[in-house]
Amino acid sequence: MADYHVPPVEDDIKTPSLKIGTMAHLAPYPATAKHMDPMGFPGERVENWQEKGIEKLGELLKKYRSLQVYLDICVKCGACTDKCHYYLGTQDANNMPVQRAELMRSVYRRYFTPAGKLFPKLVNATDFDEETLNKWFTYFHQCSQCRRCSVFCPFGIDTAEITMAAREIMNAIGVGHKYSVEIIGKVHQLGNNLGIPKPALKGTLEFLEEEILDSTGHDVRLPLDQEGADVLLVAPSADFFSEPHIQSLMGYAKVFHQAGISFTISSYASEAANFGMFIGSYDQQKKIAKRVVDQARALKVKRLVVGECGHAWRVAYAFWNTLNGPLDFLDPRYPAPQHICEFTHDLLKRGALTLDKEANDPYRVTFHDSCNVARATRMGPNPGGQFEIPRELIRAVCNHYVDMDEETVREKTFCCGGGGGLLTDELMDLRIRGAQPRVTALKRVMESDKVNFMALICAICKAQFTKVLPMYGIPMEMVGGVHQLVSNAIQLGANKGVV
Amino acid sequence: MLTFLVYIVLTIFLLGFLSRLFVYARSPAPLKIATTPAPVTRLGVAWRLLTELLFFNSLFKADKLAWAGGLAFHGAMAVVLFRHLRYFIDPIPAFFGPLQIIGIVAGIAMAAALGFLLLRRLVFERVRYISSQADYGVLFLLLAIAMSGLLMDFVLRPNIVAIKTNLMSMWSTVTGLPPLNSAGDVVFLLHLLLVAGLLVIFPFSKLMHAGGLFFSPTRNQVDNPREKKHVNPWAES
Ligand code: HEM
Ligand code: SF4
Ligand code: SF4
Ligand code: SF4
Repeated sequence: MADYHVPPVEDDIKTPSLKIGTMAHLAPYPATAKHMDPMGFPGERVENWQEKGIEKLGELLKKYRSLQVYLDICVKCGACTDKCHYYLGTQDANNMPVQRAELMRSVYRRYFTPAGKLFPKLVNATDFDEETLNKWFTYFHQCSQCRRCSVFCPFGIDTAEITMAAREIMNAIGVGHKYSVEIIGKVHQLGNNLGIPKPALKGTLEFLEEEILDSTGHDVRLPLDQEGADVLLVAPSADFFSEPHIQSLMGYAKVFHQAGISFTISSYASEAANFGMFIGSYDQQKKIAKRVVDQARALKVKRLVVGECGHAWRVAYAFWNTLNGPLDFLDPRYPAPQHICEFTHDLLKRGALTLDKEANDPYRVTFHDSCNVARATRMGPNPGGQFEIPRELIRAVCNHYVDMDEETVREKTFCCGGGGGLLTDELMDLRIRGAQPRVTALKRVMESDKVNFMALICAICKAQFTKVLPMYGIPMEMVGGVHQLVSNAIQLGANKGVV
Repeated sequence: MLTFLVYIVLTIFLLGFLSRLFVYARSPAPLKIATTPAPVTRLGVAWRLLTELLFFNSLFKADKLAWAGGLAFHGAMAVVLFRHLRYFIDPIPAFFGPLQIIGIVAGIAMAAALGFLLLRRLVFERVRYISSQADYGVLFLLLAIAMSGLLMDFVLRPNIVAIKTNLMSMWSTVTGLPPLNSAGDVVFLLHLLLVAGLLVIFPFSKLMHAGGLFFSPTRNQVDNPREKKHVNPWAES
């Protein structure tokens, strides 16, 4: 294993002093023609890339109000400078949100504003040159699009929007990030990010059915491509193959079983994740999401339920309706789409589930609000339901629950450090350092309240934490899904569901 | 001559400001990107924007010093601007009498708050790092405006009556320079030119934050993407 720098963890999250270029070396692996071509992106950097890049920026300014307004109105108040986990973990000046955005803003000024054209030095305007492009490629791949900065900015300036635009511009001139682009290719080929073909998926689901039968004695089904089911369950594909994700998948299945609601998984749309968002591509987002909506129609389901995945829930909740809606062919009595936590919570309220809290007594639990869920979506009818519903679920299935420091949860939650298309090995150094604020808060409740389980509802968070927590000396068994806890507590066959 | 200057400056400011707002209003918002938790009704959004405008809510969460300095400066500036109406209305409504003292306090507060913001920019490492010459420039310009204003209040009083007559006639006839009979009169001219400078750079600078806030999609969108289909105007269906 490579030699990684694990930052020290202190009692509290402290804002470090600023340094120049501590992370300047860490650029992601570039995409090659093999990945870029199928996406319709140039296979290598185009010859007139400067011109094309500026042209693309101009196009995006006309397409996205967010970009146009946010490039104009930042007052440089500095309120966001200590809000990014990547700045806190790396001290790199370019990881302060305003400074990350400045990488694009300075180019914007140079080519699109009178002040930047006339007095570039006075207003910090820079040419879109080799050096600038290098910085873009590096630092726009050190943003997990977690939107923490936008919570604190007096104008709501969302650096994630700027990162997305930057990645879209870079893709348009043939400068792509291998990880994200390759994964999107797999979705189009095989229906999911992991590239799992149908037979393998079928095999896994059957295996899990046996596993549940063995451990509980109940015949809980995980159906695949079953036409006429009530619900199409769209989970992140990691739920089919990774630990601890798979535990949550079994949890979902048990909830459906217990409620007596038929559901199916689709092999064609076996992926809730949508990396189209990470690369800022509206078209890709739409294309990827279309697989789900098409399947919902083809399988004639009445409801769409989304599994535990942060950015997937953002795309589903906030974008599906716009991208491929209206979803009016679904049962109007239920939110479309519905989050698995909303689904289970609803059943809980209606008394369809019998839960044995003591099954989770070995655990003292805390909850990591995944940023995409926390800051870009809602659950239930009320603002903030995305915080309360998962917590109510957890409290219903276990006896010991405690929140982390309030400055690090709910809308102020810290990213796990691996979101936004950065969950790739070459960025491990960044991922470790970016996790530091979250780890600091976690360690505190581990010490003060003997917490030994961090529940969460994001596939990327799970993958990131299981990899990174051990580097901080925390066992990977520490993390798991909310539905893993549900799975432990649910009493099968007790009083079978209401519908 | 001054008449032309004033007309030109006002034209640049108004056209520039409005055309920027027009650009913001015209540019589409393809997706729902409200920073949640967000209001689920229009009225809720109006309240969110109003509180951001009046109290700088988000900034309060982020940075108490910037919040205090920023709110003091903007609040004081609002009072000062309002008080300036007395120079443009004839006859002056009675309630401007007691307002006079509040206006002067606000003037001092504005200068002090600007000084504080400037100090903050110089002292704190991270804020200093992100500041460009232009960021200091605007602060200096505003500070110069505030100081020249206070100078007239306390030290070098210009002939306000003559100046007001001169300015008020400007809307109907072409007038020359206002009277320049004392040092105070010169300070007034300086004050006027500085304000002219501020108005000219306004539409081309970060000062556009004054209008931009209302167009920020993370703040002005209703959180109802499931309940109501948000249409992307440029999507090919
Ligand atoms: C709709 C009205 C406005 C709102 C909501 C607003 C809001 C804000 C906020 C929240 C900040 C950041 C606070 C800080 O830096 O401490 C700020 C900064 C600033 N505003 Fe405004 N503003 C408005 C109008 C104006 C106007 C009309 C001017 C000037 C003529 C102005 C000049 C400035 C300046 C110079 C700064 C930067 C302060 C610094 O350098 O620290 N603002 N504004
Ligand atoms: S979106 Fe998140 S990762 Fe990106 S700059 Fe803002 S705080 Fe940092
Ligand atoms: S908080 Fe907003 S306005 Fe202030 S520096 Fe950051 S992005 Fe700019
Ligand atoms: S991986 Fe999890 S914590 Fe990180 S950006 Fe995504 S939702 Fe947020």
